[in-house]
Amino acid sequence: MWIIAPLVCGLIFGAGLLISGMVQPTKVLAFLDIFGAWDPSLAVVMVAALAVAVPGFILANRRSQPWLAPQYFWPGKAAIDLPLVTGAALFGIGWGLVGLCPGPALESLATLSPGVIVFVVAMAAGMVLHDGWQQSRLLAERDGRLARATDG
Amino acid sequence: MANFTPVSAAIGGALIGLSAVLLMLSTGRIAGVSGIFSGLLNLRSEDKGWRGAFIAGLILAPVIAGWIGYGMAQPKLPSNWAVIVAAGLLVGFGSRLGGGCTSGHGICGLGRLSPRSITATIVFMVTAVITVAVTHHVLGG
Repeated sequence: MWIIAPLVCGLIFGAGLLISGMVQPTKVLAFLDIFGAWDPSLAVVMVAALAVAVPGFILANRRSQPWLAPQYFWPGKAAIDLPLVTGAALFGIGWGLVGLCPGPALESLATLSPGVIVFVVAMAAGMVLHDGWQQSRLLAERDGRLARATDG
Repeated sequence: MANFTPVSAAIGGALIGLSAVLLMLSTGRIAGVSGIFSGLLNLRSEDKGWRGAFIAGLILAPVIAGWIGYGMAQPKLPSNWAVIVAAGLLVGFGSRLGGGCTSGHGICGLGRLSPRSITATIVFMVTAVITVAVTHHVLGG
């Protein structure tokens, strides 16, 4: 029955995007359009989310184990590198082009909008492309090391 | 600021924060939608259960809202298919390369005061604002 927890979390997340209006690309683009009729709503969404998330994560950090899993998966925090900055820059361009990011895009599949379906397929292709490229780079690196190792 | 909706934004934002905290407290995972979704696309990954459940909940939310009379309007997207495809590819590739999107970096990472996520959030906000400025005001789209 542990699967109920992530399902409910997805429902709450989706409700938050719906109520805040952030599931609508026009609402997101109105926030990003600082030179037009600016709508600061997205900033309020982030501040409110952080007001809950900051104390919540501190609480989780104090506990040794999640309720339903053997351990926490906390991503690393410190390393600021070129992939992080390049990836975020590319992501921002795509986000600014249509006003959809992964959460609202997947949620909008419920409307069966052809544009959303095309966007999600392209997004999935971009992810698969990245992971394949990363994989081939790792393999090339390993082969390179092996080749050098046999040189001596 | 004609369309500013601070009350619904605050309620919705608090729910998004609550979802992120509950996912961490229950399953020990970060509520980063790009990471959750990309894990579903990886044929070798074995932890598809919680990922599929979270995405299913996300898609079910507007369906349930529709049953109680708050149906979701079809999102307004550009009429040019090439723009939609390019944007999808950039969002997919960029979120994986940068290790997160608006939820993973923008909400969860900022919520943990992660320098990585603070950097990523500033960078994608800046490039998104520039993109909108160019497409709406320079190109006049």
